[in-house]
Amino acid sequence: MNTFATANAQGGVTARNANHTTWPLVFAAWLIAAASTLGALFLGEVMGFAPCVLCWYQRVFMFPLALVLAVGLFPFDRTVMRYALPLSITGWLVAVYHLLLVQGVIPETMTPCRQGVPCSQVEVVWLGIVTIPLLSVLAFSAINALLFIIYRKTRL
Amino acid sequence: MKQRTLFIAALVLLAAMFGAATLIYRGQQTEKATQTAIQNREALVRFHSPSMGNADAPVHIVEFLDPACETCAAFYPFVKDIMAAYPGKIRLTVRYAPFHQGSQDVVKVLEAARKQGKYWQALEALFGAQQGWAQHHAANVNLVWQYLAPLGLDMERLKSDMQAPEIDRIVRQDIADVQALNVQKTPEYFVNGRPLPAFGDQQLLQLVRDELERTSKGS
Repeated sequence: MNTFATANAQGGVTARNANHTTWPLVFAAWLIAAASTLGALFLGEVMGFAPCVLCWYQRVFMFPLALVLAVGLFPFDRTVMRYALPLSITGWLVAVYHLLLVQGVIPETMTPCRQGVPCSQVEVVWLGIVTIPLLSVLAFSAINALLFIIYRKTRL
Repeated sequence: MKQRTLFIAALVLLAAMFGAATLIYRGQQTEKATQTAIQNREALVRFHSPSMGNADAPVHIVEFLDPACETCAAFYPFVKDIMAAYPGKIRLTVRYAPFHQGSQDVVKVLEAARKQGKYWQALEALFGAQQGWAQHHAANVNLVWQYLAPLGLDMERLKSDMQAPEIDRIVRQDIADVQALNVQKTPEYFVNGRPLPAFGDQQLLQLVRDELERTSKGS
């Protein structure tokens, strides 16, 4: 009885410690997703860049991340990565494809865009190398990395 | 509790950054458009452009429009209301930004109607019946005749005038000026050479009022 109570108490403490270390990770992932969402909206709605087809697919996976991760923060739910990872991994794949297309690694004839803005067109380049697809890859990569760390931590 | 504060602070910060960036960007864009209009002053109004209202009016609205643009049709009565509210104070000049497919032909119809002194009637008739001849962002010039018939125009003359080289020159000059002034959407208004800070009917009204006040002080 006594040992059971102690074990239980210890389990509670480890769970709380785990929450203490994982909450900031989910928060950081949410922060990246929220900033990316607002950034995409700024480029599209304020600066007036028409998103190409691939940009739309990346938005489809980034926008819900900003909401799903925020919901997982209060009350804290470590299993949020189970819902967030499929979104962030798929978005990452689209972003990498888009970046390879822009860099010319994938030939333009393979682009799925038929009308509207061609995806291989580079709208903006900051500091000589930073393009919108690159920012997208970086954001999805960072979110993936954070969610994987949480996944590893919760499995232990 | 601390986590909640952190989250709310981050949310507020992100929203504030978005709002501030939007304001700064819009301000810069308006400034740039104003400079473009100043540098291309001769592109803003051409001798050939149709005008309405007192030629010496203190406020001059230059409107770039596309006859097939729905928002242009919706804004037209509003512009007339503003002119009616300040009689003799406002002059309106119409320029063409025929962005829709097939719009150029409809512009030529309007210019041909102008040769018969029925320009504004034709413009109003076509705006009023726009849904009948402009669908899916494409204008069909063959569908406009029925809406012009009640105006008492000589249709045979209208159709031959449409082919006139001077009308073609007007259309081409306006398209060149659209590019020079970087007009990207319709309707685009310049009030005494100043572009709208943000698109909207109240913004247009405010800009007209500002110019009325500024010009009355100056005189």
